[in-house]
Amino acid sequence: MPEAEIIPLGTGGRPGRGTGRAKPSSAARNLAGKPAPAPKRSRAASPAAGSDPSKDPSNDPSRAAGAGTQAHAGAAGRSEPRSPFTTEEREPTGGIPVGEWLGAIEAGAREVFGDHWERRLAELLAFVRKRLDGDYPVDDFGFDPQLTEHLLLAVLRPIAEKWFRIEVRGVENIPTDGGALVVSNHSGTIPVDGLMTMFSVHEQTGRFLRPLGADLVFRLPLVASIARRAGATLACQADAERMLTSGELVGVWPEGFKGIGKPFSERYKLQRFGRGGFVSAALRTGVPIVPLSVVGAEEIYPIVGNLSTLARLLNLPYLPVTPFFPLLGPLGLVPLPSKWLMEFGEPIRTDAYDEAEAEDPMLVFDLTDQVRETIQQTLFSLLRDRGSAFPR
Amino acid sequence: MGRVVLVTGTSRDVGRRFARAAAADPSIDRVIGVDVVPPRGDIGDVSFVRADIRNPVIAKVIARENVDTVVHMSVIATPAGSGGRTAMKELNVIGSMQLLAACQRAPGVKHMVVKSSTGVYGASNRDPAMFTEDMGAKKLPRSGYAQDVTEVEGYVRGFARRRPDVRVTMLRCANVIGAHVVSPMTSYFRMPVVPMVLGFDPRLQFLHEDDLYDVLLHATTHDVEGTFNVAGDGVLMLTQAVRRLGKVGLPLPALALGRVESMLRSARLADFSPEQRNLLTYGRGVDTTRMREVLGFTPRYTTAEAFADFCRSLGRGDRAPLATTGGSRA
Repeated sequence: MPEAEIIPLGTGGRPGRGTGRAKPSSAARNLAGKPAPAPKRSRAASPAAGSDPSKDPSNDPSRAAGAGTQAHAGAAGRSEPRSPFTTEEREPTGGIPVGEWLGAIEAGAREVFGDHWERRLAELLAFVRKRLDGDYPVDDFGFDPQLTEHLLLAVLRPIAEKWFRIEVRGVENIPTDGGALVVSNHSGTIPVDGLMTMFSVHEQTGRFLRPLGADLVFRLPLVASIARRAGATLACQADAERMLTSGELVGVWPEGFKGIGKPFSERYKLQRFGRGGFVSAALRTGVPIVPLSVVGAEEIYPIVGNLSTLARLLNLPYLPVTPFFPLLGPLGLVPLPSKWLMEFGEPIRTDAYDEAEAEDPMLVFDLTDQVRETIQQTLFSLLRDRGSAFPR
Repeated sequence: MGRVVLVTGTSRDVGRRFARAAAADPSIDRVIGVDVVPPRGDIGDVSFVRADIRNPVIAKVIARENVDTVVHMSVIATPAGSGGRTAMKELNVIGSMQLLAACQRAPGVKHMVVKSSTGVYGASNRDPAMFTEDMGAKKLPRSGYAQDVTEVEGYVRGFARRRPDVRVTMLRCANVIGAHVVSPMTSYFRMPVVPMVLGFDPRLQFLHEDDLYDVLLHATTHDVEGTFNVAGDGVLMLTQAVRRLGKVGLPLPALALGRVESMLRSARLADFSPEQRNLLTYGRGVDTTRMREVLGFTPRYTTAEAFADFCRSLGRGDRAPLATTGGSRA
């Protein structure tokens, strides 16, 4: 059995702080006393060397060390050759064998990726690699379907299913192909309803909903880059028509900031529906308008006040005060777990009108009112169906 | 039919290469290159006239040589290369005015091709995803190259109004990229670490330099009037571009970026202007339907392919930095 060599650090093997005095301090003597149990185990080895050096203050430390070595040398031939000063003492007592580590990793991978974990893991690594190489497609609007499907919508899933328990009705009203304009009410202080609608539409039909956002969205750092990647674009006539003609399912929230930033006391009362731009976009491209009513988003961050001065200073449309924000700080940003209902109404066809009629303001106003009224009535009936906002 | 083409801005690489390509075209008789300084490289069959478009001498050149086509491409984007912003502005705006004034007086001029830039659309958060030719900038550019280009375009429109017999073609080209291009965009991507605006990922469109020569030649030889956006198909996000380049992006908050930019400018590493920063924040896309359908031109490279070619010229991908650029020179 090879023996570890003792390499004294600094003090020439003497305990103490290296002053070189023959008589160590009591603290140093205590230190030297530490290895006492070791000789105990080799009690049979040699009683002379086994005597505890700390018990004898006159015992020269160097001699003690020597004695230890002697003891070891003496014990080498016998059963338990351990000296108080060999580092073998400090070997880890057990340790997990490599095989068990690998087994645990494999079991973990199986837990996460299922039975075909090797293939799934390889796929994941390939995905990460492609992302890092920039090797993925984006469309003209900056929409990144890979990232949206694998990351953004995956993150939204537990929130939609477990936190808000979204119930979707009227899925059959979403066209399975071709352009269509989903028009929804807007509420909830921050556009969580937009995200949830995107998730629900993809979950139910497999289609991506392309939201139209306010210019503020494209001015805010971080929000801007995520919005483009998730498929959003600016809510303007040109972009809406471009998306609709290329056969996308486009989502629009015509109430805008008036809807999303309204006080809690006005919940579920639809605000003005913009200037009807969404209707003329649908008329020009001849796509159906699908009215969507969302119940539940109003309760997630009830607005009880507005820091309008600070909002103006930050160039924001409003800065909400909710019962928990900014009172509880970041904790106040957790949305309340209200129960959500979403109902897609019957599509309103616009292909019967010709393109020139998009220029007729009366028709545009009429259609806008029709959509608005449908959503408002559906909201009321959904509210009756839901009952309490926070059911058990 | 024997056409005589006058090309401005031939001292720079892009202008010189285009002039050579035009001289090689069988439908063009003569190509006259004009610039203040002689070109640095081989100009082949191009006859070079050293003249300043900022003074009336240019009118004499046009008259004496019986020029019937003017290709104006000397609107420059690099202030550092032309002796500062004031000189650049003078060269761009006053030069264009003088050239147009000379052309207006020359009855022989029948065609005018102007290389403009998609910079005229600016870049802001209120932009549509894709600009068509009849849209304008949401915020009129107040400085730099974009302002120059906007002003030059205004003068060209005025010229077209006063000389309705001249066919005027304006080509709004996306950022031209390629091994020989020196522009704020290429020097940006040539930096070892690429600063980016934190929290923004702009969409970028590129035009390969070969496609630029092709489209200019196409516009010179085909009788199509109007304004056209010219860009490779598709868009590339900035993060994507940086990753494909194999470089490291350094996201900085918009405020800190201003500091870094002025440092880089004084170190002559890169040339950042406010409009370049806006582009790198909000991005820009242009619609090229008219280029295909009316102008009848299809670029050979998509945006992604043009960028891949630029990456190769920087020695990314395969480790042969100069061997591949030689191939693309043809």
